[in-house]
Amino acid sequence: MPVDDRFSQDFREAEEDEPVGTRSEIITGPVSDWATDFSHLEPEWSADPYPIQDELRQRCPIAHTGRFGGAWLPTRYEDVAAIAYDTERFSSRSIILSNFRPPRDLAPIGGSPPISSDPPFHHDARKLLLPAFTKTAVHRQEPATRAFCHSLIDAFEGRDVVDAAHDYAQHIPMRVIADMLGFPPEDGPQFREFVENLLEGINLPPEERINRVGRLFDYLLAQVNEHLENPRADLTSYLLNAELYGRKLDPSHVVGTMALLLIAGIDTSWSAIGASLWHLARTPRDRERLVAEPGLLPTAMEEFLRAYAPVTMARLVKEDMHWHGVDMKADDWVLLSFPAANRDPAQFDQAGDVIIDREINRHAAFGLGIHRCVGSHLARMELRVGLEVWLERIPAFTLPDPSAVTWAAGQIRGPRRLPLRIR
Amino acid sequence: MKIQIDSGRCQGHGRCYDIAPGLFGDDDEGYGQVLGGGLVPPGQEDEARLAAANCPERAITLTQGA
Repeated sequence: MPVDDRFSQDFREAEEDEPVGTRSEIITGPVSDWATDFSHLEPEWSADPYPIQDELRQRCPIAHTGRFGGAWLPTRYEDVAAIAYDTERFSSRSIILSNFRPPRDLAPIGGSPPISSDPPFHHDARKLLLPAFTKTAVHRQEPATRAFCHSLIDAFEGRDVVDAAHDYAQHIPMRVIADMLGFPPEDGPQFREFVENLLEGINLPPEERINRVGRLFDYLLAQVNEHLENPRADLTSYLLNAELYGRKLDPSHVVGTMALLLIAGIDTSWSAIGASLWHLARTPRDRERLVAEPGLLPTAMEEFLRAYAPVTMARLVKEDMHWHGVDMKADDWVLLSFPAANRDPAQFDQAGDVIIDREINRHAAFGLGIHRCVGSHLARMELRVGLEVWLERIPAFTLPDPSAVTWAAGQIRGPRRLPLRIR
Repeated sequence: MKIQIDSGRCQGHGRCYDIAPGLFGDDDEGYGQVLGGGLVPPGQEDEARLAAANCPERAITLTQGA
């Protein structure tokens, strides 16, 4: 059997020392006007973006900023949907808006396929992952996830106040994705660091960002080598053996997809579970009703996903164009705000209200079109089990100090500190 | 009533087989499929309507009287 030597040399050494791409000036500080100078990285946005989005939707439905080298923010459902479906004019070659635009020739593969890929490559890279993430496939993770949630709550013994974001929500997706990728479960704290580095350090100096991404790739390469020595039935070994167009995947594809699964699977579900518990802690009526009527959980969950959708994606404009009333330039960023789309009154009745028995809920929390979150079935399982176990074990809980809650800044939004009184 | 999924639009969100598991299933890649040839048994019309109304991609078509 031939030796797999794809990783014997660090594939990054074959690339340029300095990434070829475009850097833009880093602009931070208070926003002067959200219609012309928005920034999703400022504290006002992370604390409560919804009034800002609602106001923009009325006043200037496609907002602009000169920050990040130029970016657009559509807030109407129809515009967000149109961009999500239009892969001809909007590229996914970078889906995290920053002050660095990767070179155009990175398309159609991108750095972390398939989320960073455009057609036609996208379809083939995505097809490799789909079978591992069907509802049936992720169902196999459910008993271990449930037992793990119980163990997290067991550890609350003797405490009156716990941090539901830090001590509960974050650990659930970390454990699940570590199991699926075949990484040591005790590496969880490192994953958190990787996630924060990639998704929240947007305005750091580029050298620092490159160093931080480097640490993630060092970790992933160590896992790859360990799996080459000890192959097993997990996603890492699966990716190492997977073939596309008659040959094994490029090393950068393997590691890029591993990075995607690790990063995208953690922050997002952590945010969804945390935001749901935050809502229930501050809305006793909904909490009491859900405890009394557990059969409402399916609609309640979808409503939390709609109202507190954690994920905003980004696109890059391919060519200069006049689009829905604005002049977009090639390489302008577009923030694809599924949270803003989900609160558009043109699409949802009582869009600003959380209605836990909302029957018709065509929300876009997991995206629309070809990039529908590949892990959506896994995320829904984690959210359902995380809430079921919490509500079963801790049916009564409150938010003792709303001002103590902090929210992640950036494209993934959810509570990062969430102190709840549990007895 | 008859239900159809437009496979060109379905992206595998799975809302249909979550909401109406008697009428919809998933394939090996998670895309939705109609069960029983897409004929809705009497009494399950509301479930079929709810599944269609919750599809984020608007991929489900209902045909009356089929």
